[in-house]
Amino acid sequence: MVRIDAKGKNFQQLNEEIRVAENSDITVEHCMGQRYIGAGMSGKHLLLLGVPGNALGCYLDGGSIRVLGNAQDQTGDTMNSGAIIVEGSSGDATGYSMRGGKIFVRDNAGYRVGIHMKAYREQQPLIIVGGETGSFLGEYQAGGTIIVLGLNSEGRTPVGNLSCTGMHGGRMILRCRRLPKDLPPQVSAASASKEDMARISGFLNDFCGAFGISIQSVLSEPFFVITPNTKNPYRALYTEN
Amino acid sequence: MGIHDIIPEYEVLRDPQRCTVCRLCERECANGVHSFNPKTGKMQSDNTKCVDCRRCVVFCPAHALKIVRNEESYRTNAQWDRQTVNEIFKQAETGGMLLSSMGNPKPYPIYWDKMLLNASQVTNPSIDPLREPMETRTFLGKKPHELRRDEKGRLRTDNLPPQLDLDVPILFSAMSYGAISYNAHKSLARAATALGTYYNTGEGGLHEDFYKYGPHTIVQVASGRFGVYKRYLEAGAAIEIKIGQGAKPGIGGHLPGSKIVGDISRTRMIPEGCDAISPAPHHDIYSIEDLRQLVYSLKEATDYKKPIIVKIAAVHNVAAIASGIARSGADIIAVDGFRGGTGAAPTRIRDNVGIPIELAIAAVDDRLRQEKIRDRVSLIAGGSIRNSADVVKAIALGADAVYIGTAALIALGCHLCRACQTGRCNWGIATQRPDLVKRLDPDVGTKSLINLVSAWKHEIMEMMGGMGINSIEALRGNRLMLRGIGLNDRELKVLGIKHAGE
Repeated sequence: MVRIDAKGKNFQQLNEEIRVAENSDITVEHCMGQRYIGAGMSGKHLLLLGVPGNALGCYLDGGSIRVLGNAQDQTGDTMNSGAIIVEGSSGDATGYSMRGGKIFVRDNAGYRVGIHMKAYREQQPLIIVGGETGSFLGEYQAGGTIIVLGLNSEGRTPVGNLSCTGMHGGRMILRCRRLPKDLPPQVSAASASKEDMARISGFLNDFCGAFGISIQSVLSEPFFVITPNTKNPYRALYTEN
Repeated sequence: MGIHDIIPEYEVLRDPQRCTVCRLCERECANGVHSFNPKTGKMQSDNTKCVDCRRCVVFCPAHALKIVRNEESYRTNAQWDRQTVNEIFKQAETGGMLLSSMGNPKPYPIYWDKMLLNASQVTNPSIDPLREPMETRTFLGKKPHELRRDEKGRLRTDNLPPQLDLDVPILFSAMSYGAISYNAHKSLARAATALGTYYNTGEGGLHEDFYKYGPHTIVQVASGRFGVYKRYLEAGAAIEIKIGQGAKPGIGGHLPGSKIVGDISRTRMIPEGCDAISPAPHHDIYSIEDLRQLVYSLKEATDYKKPIIVKIAAVHNVAAIASGIARSGADIIAVDGFRGGTGAAPTRIRDNVGIPIELAIAAVDDRLRQEKIRDRVSLIAGGSIRNSADVVKAIALGADAVYIGTAALIALGCHLCRACQTGRCNWGIATQRPDLVKRLDPDVGTKSLINLVSAWKHEIMEMMGGMGINSIEALRGNRLMLRGIGLNDRELKVLGIKHAGE
């Protein structure tokens, strides 16, 4: 394990040090807003102390990043595989266009979480947010799984306005007593069946294991599953000219 | 059919004396225009399906076919012409947005044709490119602000920002695998390699077979991020962030699920049959500061080894926008004029949004010079470059190089029937149907593209030589080499050129 002190370093200097480090286990201390940490990284494991900046783990292609603190916007942008675990909250567009791997956020996440998330074959991305998210959750979602648990919401719907707009693939799972009132017509929502719960129980166990949360407390509230009705939401929009 | 009487645009004329009923036309037409009538024993045509791509005409062994514009019309007048009425009927029938392809066909001014080039007479010698060196090589990327020398006084060339090295100032513009076929991409990739220039993947990912052409490939990152991952970013010689496209500024893209099959699905990394939706904006870019973030995230992911291109459509405030992009850390700005082509765009957007590239490139070059940041970026002009004279004029107006799309497709056999959006391209270019794709022979396609660009290169050297200029660098932004013809004062001012005779 190697330690890198981020204090007073700009992002270029810090990221270069991370890139050239020969040890694959790296602890970065005193992160203070440096962007692009772990950009395109594979095969390394970062432990970040402090607050990393925007675009943490963008294009991440394997390996893992664990943040002891909050992450900012575009965490895991266009991530292909690997894991990002945030022991705190993350900002807007967390998991933008991610295609593989997983992002676990212990507390809350911002607007447009999982926007344009997609899946391909064995690459099935997963985002789990322990707390609540802002509006536009899963906008244009085309694949993968987004789970929002609302662990401290006491039954309140843990998402903002206009979730699932343009959703045409994948699934969203919300732990709450009432569905959002403004779901668009191109999605269907239903209470999670036993099969649904069996399918996500491995994910929930991973999440609980990552943060030391008891699985029983998570399963104490009802879950809903939201899926799109069509993979071609805009088919009837055009006429050939 | 009912009240909405859509008159066919073209009429297929068949000479019964010549037709041998070999039925080749029937097999060649993917639109289903031709069929055999067993009752009459003759061939018949359905004019409503004809797009005038001329495939049947070219392949008819008996020369029995001719396609003409259908003269039949509604009772039209200057205000309500046939197309206008046709379009209303179509929309009244379907309720859909009109979808078209290729570039803006409307009769807006073509400024290329209103600018004339200079030549040397008496007071300075012209140069003969056949026997004197003539430099068409161009480097695209950030240029250093100052010369640096080492302790022995030698020029230091280490730590230069990454550059694209072009033997000729012409690149093939972004056309995705999906919008065009495997064989079309293969032709572009191989021709770019042979010509010492670059082709562009568009937002469709990079087919596994084409990674080997990576040193001559520009990989694109657009709002849908299709096919974007580490290996893809590293495969290309440069990365282009697509903000906009001349044919459809301000709106996103949408490849219907019906076209996401087989290799297209694999290359875009999305499941078969799933719509590929590129949202109108990048959802992480709401400002120049945000653009800077995407630029640097790509630089970080590729270790600062690749120049980053930002492509925008030419719109009203293009100069101010380009100034912002030049300050975002981008290495190259590509500006796409309103006549640039597309595989599919809403008709109204294609025909009414954006501005001509001639005016845009002049305005951008001016602005960057005024702000003393012209050296921070290179400029690529695209969107309606039709021939080598357009290339020379674009460079004289301030571009470093040009993108060609439609011209390259015509070299591959496109007959401009402007029906790419149907996916039934009879020439094997804008289609994914295997039986149609194989009609484009990539060996012939590659050769045709090499021929076209080589011919243009010779013509560019002739024109430069005539002006007494022996390198592209000396032509760039050299507006004294241009004169306007029939332009008003305001147009001359925006173009930054004098009128002929001045």
